[in-house]
Amino acid sequence: MDFTFTDDQLAFREAVSRFLMTEAAPEMLRDVWETDAGRSPELRNKIAEQGLTALSVPEACGGLGMDDVAWSLMTQELGYYAIPDSLADTAYIAAGLLSALPEGSAGRDDALAQIADGSIRVAVGHPVNPLVADAHLANYLLLAHGDEVHLVPRQLVDVIATPSIDASRRLSQVVWEPSSATRVAAGEKGRALWAQTLDRGALAVAGQALGLAQRMLDLSVDYVAQRKQFGKPIGSFQAVKHHLADVATKVEFAKPVLYRAAHALASGARDASVHVSHAKLVCGEAAWLAARHGIQVHGAMGYTWEVDLQMFMKRAWALDASWGDRAFHKSRVAGFVLADGAPLGPGNTFEE
Amino acid sequence: MDLAYTPKQQAFRAEVRAWLADNLPRKPLASYDTREGFEQHREWESRLFDARLSMVMWPAELGGRGCDLTEWLIFEEEYYGAGAPMRVNQNGQLLLGPTLMEFGTEAQKQRFLPRMAASADMWAQGWSEPNAGSDMAAITSKAIRDGDHYVLNGQKTWSTRAIFADWLFGLFRSDPASSRHHGLSFLLVPLNTPGVTIRPIKALNGKDAFAEVFFDDVRVPVDNRIGAEGQGWNVAMATAGFERGLLLRSPARFQYTARKLVELYRANRASADRDPSIGEAVTQAWMDAEAYALSAYHTVGRLARGARIGAESSTNKIFWSELDLRMHETAMRILGARGELLEASEGEANGWLEGFLFAQAGPIYAGTNEIQRNIIAERMLGLPK
Repeated sequence: MDFTFTDDQLAFREAVSRFLMTEAAPEMLRDVWETDAGRSPELRNKIAEQGLTALSVPEACGGLGMDDVAWSLMTQELGYYAIPDSLADTAYIAAGLLSALPEGSAGRDDALAQIADGSIRVAVGHPVNPLVADAHLANYLLLAHGDEVHLVPRQLVDVIATPSIDASRRLSQVVWEPSSATRVAAGEKGRALWAQTLDRGALAVAGQALGLAQRMLDLSVDYVAQRKQFGKPIGSFQAVKHHLADVATKVEFAKPVLYRAAHALASGARDASVHVSHAKLVCGEAAWLAARHGIQVHGAMGYTWEVDLQMFMKRAWALDASWGDRAFHKSRVAGFVLADGAPLGPGNTFEE
Repeated sequence: MDLAYTPKQQAFRAEVRAWLADNLPRKPLASYDTREGFEQHREWESRLFDARLSMVMWPAELGGRGCDLTEWLIFEEEYYGAGAPMRVNQNGQLLLGPTLMEFGTEAQKQRFLPRMAASADMWAQGWSEPNAGSDMAAITSKAIRDGDHYVLNGQKTWSTRAIFADWLFGLFRSDPASSRHHGLSFLLVPLNTPGVTIRPIKALNGKDAFAEVFFDDVRVPVDNRIGAEGQGWNVAMATAGFERGLLLRSPARFQYTARKLVELYRANRASADRDPSIGEAVTQAWMDAEAYALSAYHTVGRLARGARIGAESSTNKIFWSELDLRMHETAMRILGARGELLEASEGEANGWLEGFLFAQAGPIYAGTNEIQRNIIAERMLGLPK
């Protein structure tokens, strides 16, 4: 029993954080917001140079074969820096789905190799999401037709942009016609792939939400320590302190829930979906509380375009209902907890 | 990350489970806030001790098994999962015990710890005074040195179950010229010493759950001091740290309550579902109890890798106390008009009501949650005083 990360995993997280701190600063995020595509090819190239596009790709296809547990650290960093890129969609969620296809499936190995070397983007159109993120820039789209999984080249679909309050989210409606030429899985296998992909997408959002919560907490702590009223920093007032202490507590207790969900998914645990939903809920709630209390302690400055807090709040608000809204995830957990013979109580935290 | 228990851990779990199955009291013990229940709990604790299950983390020579924190979590899961009695001597075993391990002399450890583990000695705490509650450094009770004794004068209050207990540990001002957290000493006081007067304070459940303790020229041997004279604050802070931390409120208790809450909901589903927010609160209780358990395992793992727990332990206190309150509020909502009744059925106490009352105290004792939030803000987030 060891519910911690290895030193290597923690060092990896630290390296990703240092990289994004310089390459994905808030000023850069603002610049990218103003562009038509909403993405920076330079940033994506640097990400690929760091090998971050190859993390989930199996070693046989030129990747690093890292699992969901490592990604639970990675996605927190993606959230913390609110990077203006859908890296997780391609390098984690799509790569996960493609890796789970039977070896030899048409297009699988090529797509994975190209994800690994950073030359393609793959968008994922899961039925739980009404719109598809980054479809406009994708080289391929993974799309659902009933239980079927289709790997569709961009030129075979029409994309209708649908702007979001988070200018880094580039969502589209995708219009396409299924054909046997693009079908890579169907039936039971297709259903299982979409189910697993939903869990992975939800876990990716959970990690990002937790990173966003930590960032908003850090920004708020910095702000209340320097902003003075009544002759002293407002961070010395208990009402302000307690707002931020509540955020810190939420964040602290969301972390291990995220890590357990990641482990459950990576190990194919029986109740992985329940753990993922639990993580999605607590991380989303931590992010929303960090936004609510963050803007409160920033005062009117928090409501401005100028102060960086807005970028992180918008990402947190936008991501909350993606890959399953709260009702979806709550009902999944409730279905487990309130069912006959659910393994609840002390001693059932980890599956034997 | 490896979330499988080792064969040794599994064997330990099986042993504890089997022992509890054979030895659990057949009838629930009376409340330990009564003399009768207190003595029933003492007897139960001595049986636990005989099986070396009272303080599993303590070394074998002190009556324990030298278990690590993961094994302790397993023990707690089995103990509370089986519905075993609450631990009556926790103030001694979990607050004073670790302090004695860290600051006590070898002779003090031998003298006090095995009897504490066996609950042969029951311990009450002596922190608060009428004018020193959240502001504990305002302590005025004195301990003036007289040869190889201290002479104690003053008053302590909110001392849990002190009218039944054998000993009290607490802070006394040994340097009368000192103020605040200077000049305090940490002393152990036998409660049968002449000059000690204990007056019960009736709690809102009608029981003598705590007491005021008066000291009138009470002579305590210098040997009963833990740590150096005048260093009591540092010794006590270590104790308070343990108290806020993991040991006092292991996750298993709350997971057990969450499971009982699910069972209560399921038994009353038709009625409860008239308010859809009840099912949601029940689900939330399970999630929160799980989160607390997961956090404990994560912390225990980090400790094993050499990390230290700092101010983040203050988040624990807030989390479990507010969770406990929410769970019992939800139970009362499910029980509806039956919630107020003292008996759940003929001769059987209404445990949810008792728990609901006790849960009210959670955000207050062991450092109010407001104090905990200050600690989080100042020491974990670095905000100015």
